[in-house]
Amino acid sequence: MAGSQIPGFSGHGGDPASALYRTRTRRSAGAQAIKGLLAAAAVRGGGGAAALLSVLTTTGIVITLASEAVNFFQVVGLADFFFDTDWAPLAGGDSQAFGVVPLIWSTLYLTGIGLIVAVPLGLGVGIYLAEYASPRVRRILKPLIEILAGIPTIVFGYFALTFFTPTVLKDIFSVDVSVFNGLSAGIILGILVLPTIASVSEDSLSAVPQSLREGAFGLGAAKRQVVTRVVFPAALSGVVAALVLGASRAVGETVVILVAAGNTPNLTFDLTVAHQNMAAFIANTARADVSQGGVAYLTIFAVGTTLFVMTLLLNLVAIRFVRKYRQVYE
Amino acid sequence: MAVTESAITRKIVERASSGERVRELGFRVALLGCLLVAIVFLGVLIVDVSVDGLPFLSLEFFYTFPSRIFPEESGIQSALLGTLALMVLCAVFVVPIGVASAVYLEEYADRDRWINRTIEVNIQNLASVPSVVYGILGLAFIVRGPVDIFGLGVGQPTLLAGALTLGLLVLPIVIIVSREAIRAVPPSIREGSLALGATQWQTIWKQVLPGALPGVATGVILALSRAIGETAPLILVGAGAFQLFNPSIDGPFSALPIQIFNNVGEPEDIFRDLAAATILVLLGILLIMNSLAIYLRNRYENKW
Amino acid sequence: MSERKREGEGLEQAAGLDMGTRLEERDERAGADAETVDEAIFSLSGVGVTYSGAQAVEDVSFGLATNEITAFIGPSGCGKSTLIRCLNRMNDLIPGAEVEGEVLYHDQDLYDPKIDPVQVRKRIGMVFQKPNPFPKSIYDNIAFGPKVLGVKDDMDETVERALRRASLWDEVKDRLKSNAFGMSGGQQQRLCIARALAVSPDVILMDEPCSALDPISTGRIEDLMLELKQSYSIVIVTHNMHQAARVSDRTAFFTVDLRAGESQRVGKLVEFAPTEQIFTSPRDRRTEEYVTGKFG
Ligand SMILES: Nc1ncnc2c1ncn2[C@@H]1O[C@H](COP(=O)(O)OP(=O)(O)OP(=O)(O)O)[C@@H](O)[C@H]1O
Ligand SMILES: [Mg+2]
Repeated sequence: MAGSQIPGFSGHGGDPASALYRTRTRRSAGAQAIKGLLAAAAVRGGGGAAALLSVLTTTGIVITLASEAVNFFQVVGLADFFFDTDWAPLAGGDSQAFGVVPLIWSTLYLTGIGLIVAVPLGLGVGIYLAEYASPRVRRILKPLIEILAGIPTIVFGYFALTFFTPTVLKDIFSVDVSVFNGLSAGIILGILVLPTIASVSEDSLSAVPQSLREGAFGLGAAKRQVVTRVVFPAALSGVVAALVLGASRAVGETVVILVAAGNTPNLTFDLTVAHQNMAAFIANTARADVSQGGVAYLTIFAVGTTLFVMTLLLNLVAIRFVRKYRQVYE
Repeated sequence: MAVTESAITRKIVERASSGERVRELGFRVALLGCLLVAIVFLGVLIVDVSVDGLPFLSLEFFYTFPSRIFPEESGIQSALLGTLALMVLCAVFVVPIGVASAVYLEEYADRDRWINRTIEVNIQNLASVPSVVYGILGLAFIVRGPVDIFGLGVGQPTLLAGALTLGLLVLPIVIIVSREAIRAVPPSIREGSLALGATQWQTIWKQVLPGALPGVATGVILALSRAIGETAPLILVGAGAFQLFNPSIDGPFSALPIQIFNNVGEPEDIFRDLAAATILVLLGILLIMNSLAIYLRNRYENKW
Repeated sequence: MSERKREGEGLEQAAGLDMGTRLEERDERAGADAETVDEAIFSLSGVGVTYSGAQAVEDVSFGLATNEITAFIGPSGCGKSTLIRCLNRMNDLIPGAEVEGEVLYHDQDLYDPKIDPVQVRKRIGMVFQKPNPFPKSIYDNIAFGPKVLGVKDDMDETVERALRRASLWDEVKDRLKSNAFGMSGGQQQRLCIARALAVSPDVILMDEPCSALDPISTGRIEDLMLELKQSYSIVIVTHNMHQAARVSDRTAFFTVDLRAGESQRVGKLVEFAPTEQIFTSPRDRRTEEYVTGKFG
């Protein structure tokens, strides 16, 4: 009965198992039970194989990046790549240079600007939603934040280029920025990661047991004091995870930078000029349709590897912190 | 003061000092301010895009091909169909694999075995790998790489390659959300079924999965809306813009985000307004999908 | 004098007409007064609580005395926690909870719109069923209250004094900077008491403070309560009849009224009297059944 009712849901493991089952059905009265067992084995195997695909994806990413990055470093020295401060891989002749420092700088600098915007705003929203909003208000406000989180990044890029830079920065605040500039991209990047920080920190604040809040209220603490001195410190590891995840998103963001910050990495503090981060460089180079195997094509992988490692480290840190706050209160 | 004050004064409930009340109010206002910034930003963004884009939205806009040469008559047919096709293909790929993985991890996997723990950490990590890195994988492994899936156009920026790349990108999301939905089915339902003599698989198929279905469906929809909004992986995979033909599974394709991106890059202003109109279409699709997800969530919210 | 009169009335209402008349028979008015309170910290009249419209406690009236330990006993769900939380406005923190009637604290109406609940809780501290130390050091747990209230005195001294009063000092003086989660359950609960003492309240409310503890820790906390009542008034909710008998001066017995079948359960005060009387010669049959173990 069990076997006959399984629709085509057995994933990768389905066929071998059903072949096995055919050889055995004739055997005995226990066939029903065996059918069930085999079906279960098939499902289990299929599900396991599917789950393994995610590991294969990671393996694929690592192999892809590493194999071509190795080719790249046969042409360009490691030291040149990581310490040279000139970056012009698409240039011809002598002016071609492969120092990744400016790219890394712009990546981190714009991430920093984004975080300056996103950390206070995101935490503010997270604290408000977790601690102050009534259930009714939360039901209205949370979807709004989710909508903000769901807007494609290309839309943010469009907004940065066609509205934020010319109207807000130039017209309203009279900042003398060029069409492509790091300031606009960085601020919009902050708005982009705000929902991430807000929702992860809200989760961790909500995970703080009510008994701690009551304990503090019972001592005559006011709401703000309870929130800032008890709940927030108790949720700190989750809040840190929120910030790290936000940073990781900002580091890996492509389109906002590509559209609004231009295509020149700039080793400068000046935000009114163009900046390019690693992700935007990768996309821009791929768009330029460089020939496969050429050194320009290979830069995609060298820079990609750097970016992947950076975000991987950030994610591992975040996972650690998330686990820590789950452990304490669950 | 607290410790040394006399028994008499202890009895009197004081008024809150005005300084304290101001600080309390200030904190609340600051938090509300943060929320306000986010909401105002969202509002301004939508108004700005609407003002720029609405004049271009017409029925023809949907069924005309985009054009670089005659922007006034430009539409989005090829990009729109590309996005819809990506969504369907992506779903076909991601739903069975994602749900099967989730069932395995929730119902079968022994959490103490290293392989299962590896899978778990790995999925968490994959969920936050930058999308451009998936693009590199798609470019090198699927488009130009060794894997010629189903013999469909190796070395070609095909629709299938795009869909597979986006599928890999959102697979972790589908797995994570499906697992949560499965976990939310109370153990009592499983125990009840098992106690009646059903096998584990029967229990999963007849009780757990139907119970988890609304949650899974919501998660899949949200994952797909993430997929069709992605630009960077499609740039890497080689999706085109201003395409004058409709996509086919083994041929070149366009998509709405790519069309928007290329419109923004054109020098004349009119292209920017076309981009805004295209954004409105994309946001419209996302709105429909999200409404569907919310509807499902509310309609089938856990009845147990 | 007017205060006393109100107390007397409170008692009558509390016990119902029945008990009021019996009291008068026995002792006349002065006697009734003597049996309630010399100096009232709280006097409740017609207090009821609803949770989102559902009545949980109804029409409770009685007075609580200064420098005494008052115990609330009664079956589960009769509203002991609900009522004790009315005494320092902790119910304000539960969305949907509404308090009716009058709660006077030293003649000030606690639910007067002009009263700030935060200031109320400063005076009337609370210790909870499960020890709930903050995830901070022992020292910081104690210092939290005074700091929050803006005390600028020497904190070391405040911390030491509070820990000594809670007879915890000797056990923890060498590890004040270590995390409070590392203490035993009983120590954590005494830390919570010390934490409440550090803000020098007038009243300490304890909601089943020993229910999560072993007998030895329970004994220590009971000793502590007897000591503390010299300087504080204490209200304790307990399920442990022996505990109520051992430590409290007066006991209030509550029960649940089932209305409209099982669907609506409302807590009511049955009897409030000196503890000895509750346990040896209760006036109400339900009290007797409960304290002798025939009920609940
Ligand atoms: N936060 C709340 N929301 C809704 N109803 C509540 C809430 N807290 C308590 N109640 C209800 O109020 C009634 C009294 O509960 P309360 O916790 O005060 O009883 P109790 O006497 O303390 O019981 P126990 O001895 O089990 O602690 C119960 O019927 C309970 O269901
Ligand atoms: Mg209780």
